[in-house]
Amino acid sequence: MNYNVIVDVTLRKGIADPEGSTIERALPALGFTGVSNVHAGKSFRFDVEASDESAALEKATALAERLLSNPVIEDANARLAEEA
Amino acid sequence: MTRIGVVVFPGSNCEYDAASAVTQLGAEAQFIWHSESDLSGFDGIILPGGFAHGDYLRPGALARFSPVMEAVARYAADGGPVLGICNGFQVLAEAGLLPGALQKNRGLTFLSESTTIIVVSTTSVLTRNATKGQELVVPINHFSGAYTCDDATYDALVANGQIVLRYKDNPNGSRDDVAGVANEAGNVVGLMPHPERAMSTLLGSADGRILLESFVGVKAPTGAGSSR
Repeated sequence: MNYNVIVDVTLRKGIADPEGSTIERALPALGFTGVSNVHAGKSFRFDVEASDESAALEKATALAERLLSNPVIEDANARLAEEA
Repeated sequence: MTRIGVVVFPGSNCEYDAASAVTQLGAEAQFIWHSESDLSGFDGIILPGGFAHGDYLRPGALARFSPVMEAVARYAADGGPVLGICNGFQVLAEAGLLPGALQKNRGLTFLSESTTIIVVSTTSVLTRNATKGQELVVPINHFSGAYTCDDATYDALVANGQIVLRYKDNPNGSRDDVAGVANEAGNVVGLMPHPERAMSTLLGSADGRILLESFVGVKAPTGAGSSR
């Protein structure tokens, strides 16, 4: 069956995140105070054909590590999408 | 005659500059489409600048899976000289043929300007004719050129002399001003600046010549890159 999977790709801890820090610096000018620790990342959503949930996640994790992320600077986390 | 292969991905745009530069240095340049898989007979391989596969996902992320990259990996393992310029550097890093990664520039701006780079190591195929400490004026033209790697990798790069070039005034937030790195053997080099665009004082600088002369002057070991 098909499982709808979301993969979040974020920069690893300690890796400079110029997008995140630029967004963080822009927020006070727009009146959003008290927001810190902003990180920017990418999100991917797709269907995986698999026998069960864990097989679907395993496949999604494997392709996320091989293609969707660069393990030198990024972490990838696969999760099942909430039922629509 | 020295034969240099210039790999062309869909979206490469500096292949003619690279070919023109090596031709000016007396070598023969031949384009290699990214779907090819035999690199035998070449004395060196250049991965030029541009936007291979549209730079979608990350620069170099899709290009590293082009068929030619398996051949480039074999060629490099055989000791063949491989040079990645700008996008070519990003492809080599994504492919794991060079350590580290290239991130978006600090400041998130596309940089197109002249920079001064300093020769740090002369053991690589790109810098063997240059002198340690030599300053070269070479242009940059990139959005993702901030070199990064973890501490252990960085220490190893320094210890092995794999940091080949540094910026004099860091334009993009690269770790410790790194502009170019080599693999451990020194036969694979990547740099963000464009030496092929610094071939003539009439056009601003001829400082790229000493780098490309070094590269073109290296001969690949016999049989490097042949299919097997």
